[in-house]
Amino acid sequence: MRINKLLIILIACFCLSLTVNTKAEEGKWEGVDSKVVEKYAKMYGRTPKEPLINTDQGDLLLFIFTLFGSAGGFVMGYNYRKIFKEQKNSDCTRT
Amino acid sequence: MKKRVNVPLLIITAFLFTSKDAFAMHISEGILPPTEAILTAILALPFVVIGLYSIYRLKKNNPLFVPLIGLIGAAVFVISAFPIPVPIAGTCSHPAGTGLAAIVLGPFVSTVVACISLLIQALFMAHGGLTTLGANTLTMGVAGSFFGYLFYKFCRKLNLSIFISAFVAGFVADIVTYAATAVILAFALSPDFLPAIKEISIAFVPTQIPLGLLEGVITGYAVKYIHIHKPELMEFGKSMISLNNLSCEKNF
Repeated sequence: MRINKLLIILIACFCLSLTVNTKAEEGKWEGVDSKVVEKYAKMYGRTPKEPLINTDQGDLLLFIFTLFGSAGGFVMGYNYRKIFKEQKNSDCTRT
Repeated sequence: MKKRVNVPLLIITAFLFTSKDAFAMHISEGILPPTEAILTAILALPFVVIGLYSIYRLKKNNPLFVPLIGLIGAAVFVISAFPIPVPIAGTCSHPAGTGLAAIVLGPFVSTVVACISLLIQALFMAHGGLTTLGANTLTMGVAGSFFGYLFYKFCRKLNLSIFISAFVAGFVADIVTYAATAVILAFALSPDFLPAIKEISIAFVPTQIPLGLLEGVITGYAVKYIHIHKPELMEFGKSMISLNNLSCEKNF
């Protein structure tokens, strides 16, 4: 229980630390892949091309991320229940 | 009544609230020249084929394997699409999740899981790319899974606890994924291989070290949770190539 409490405090500190003004204000939380990978690729003359299906338009990408994130969460929850809960119940009925 | 806190669920929920807008991830579309893109795809292919064959064999006799691969696959997909802000570096990056997948499913199956996640991200989420799918599978799938798996096995041999071993595996999987990215970029783009690797690797360090530690904690708790509540699930990841038919009656 103590570990759980400690974990909650750590997560809360992490969330709070995001609100603190850091040098990130200048970089606007740029993704490290674009900051590093694309930076070096450009340095060596390679620029990223548009993806086959370009969903990076306005809020479309946000919608796609929410949709896939929710779907992923649902799949995780469904299978978690199947493995850890239903199996437990069937074990109980068998005994 | 004393209510227990579900730690893994708590961490996932915290991630949902802390994630920000998406940014480009993995090696983006068009960055690798055609020769290197084909070469990396050819190198990744055998791992994916062996992984697919392992899945085919394992799902036959194990009723829990399909839901397990669904659970871990969805977890890898969600984890590898999460841009997590790292306040000390002021940037965002994503964990890999392949350390966890490799421990539970074995490194070959974990490579397949990573490949499918990367394919969905390349097709619909403008992350990574189809031409760089081979390279991204090599870095996140093959390198992340195998190094994470080997370090987990090594730590277990040293009699370290499940949590510590899985923590090390998660951390190593994350760091190796980016180290492999640096190797591929240096190999494909720069005429000076070694200085380029050094330069790119150093650029990843401020973000990836804290994120690797976070991934280690997540992996540690997730593996410990499975080990406590469903230890038989750990059987799938016991051998590197899970071609043996784990008997349904024997294990479940």
